[in-house]
Amino acid sequence: MSHIVSTDRHPGHAFIAHAQEPGPTGRIKFSVSRSRLKLWQYLVLFAVMLTAPVGDAMLAKGMHQLGIVDLHHLDLFWHALFSPWVDIGILLLIGFFASYMTALSFADLSFVNPATALSYVVTALISHFWLHEQLTLGRWAAIGLIVAAVGFVASGPLRTEPGEVAPLARIDASEGL
Amino acid sequence: VTPAAPVMLSASSPAAWLWILSVAALAIAGEVLIATGMKKVGDLDEVRSVSGLGGAISVVLSSGAFRVGAVCMALNFFAMLGMVSEVELSLGVPATASLTYVGNAVAAKLFLKEAVDHRRWLATSFVLLGVVLLRH
Repeated sequence: MSHIVSTDRHPGHAFIAHAQEPGPTGRIKFSVSRSRLKLWQYLVLFAVMLTAPVGDAMLAKGMHQLGIVDLHHLDLFWHALFSPWVDIGILLLIGFFASYMTALSFADLSFVNPATALSYVVTALISHFWLHEQLTLGRWAAIGLIVAAVGFVASGPLRTEPGEVAPLARIDASEGL
Repeated sequence: VTPAAPVMLSASSPAAWLWILSVAALAIAGEVLIATGMKKVGDLDEVRSVSGLGGAISVVLSSGAFRVGAVCMALNFFAMLGMVSEVELSLGVPATASLTYVGNAVAAKLFLKEAVDHRRWLATSFVLLGVVLLRH
């Protein structure tokens, strides 16, 4: 049996409390779910990583075909909606938005961003092999640095809040709700 | 006759960096606001398991921070459309993403009160160096 509970420290922030069997005192104990990444959560992060660069590349392909957009040619935005490349790009970016939102619901913003930074590499490969853009050694080094930065951050905690609510969770578990 | 390919703005163009900064600023505002909303909602999968998909969507949409953040992301999308039509993709996308990442780290510390420790700041420095290298 599960209940959504909230705390005074984080009003409106819901946690799932799982009811345990009643103890000797007859009071029901609760534990708060704070497990590490599950398989579906890895898949969500993978979707964030892949949909954004592929969607960007589709948009770039479509917009390159339309020409330069400036303040005197804003109508090109309307024409862009009829480009299949732009349409596929939009669909992929909607998928990105949904998966990104889901990721932010279970992890810190400062975790999700670096955890999905392999998208830089995907972007570089797409722009080089599909759009035939020049990738200099400096840009490859930049991408390498950015990916290395991911290593630092990804080894850290998933989110900040569990540490902050832990004392409260311990009180709830020992005293019952 | 095949039309000539448009000349894309490179890293030496101030206009390219104006595009990049605009896209990054909108992304940071949107992502921080959406993160604020999603933090209040909690783990979306667990909320969905209790309230169903409709309930989860309803909870998300009821967040004011989420709605304003979504507007910022929509504006970011149109700015991104303009940017990719003028700026080289291999410059524009990594540069905006890197700047957005750095801005998000600062905003996460200041506004979301996330634990941005020395490890994350070191990572931020790496990203900044990466952005500088992107210009060459």
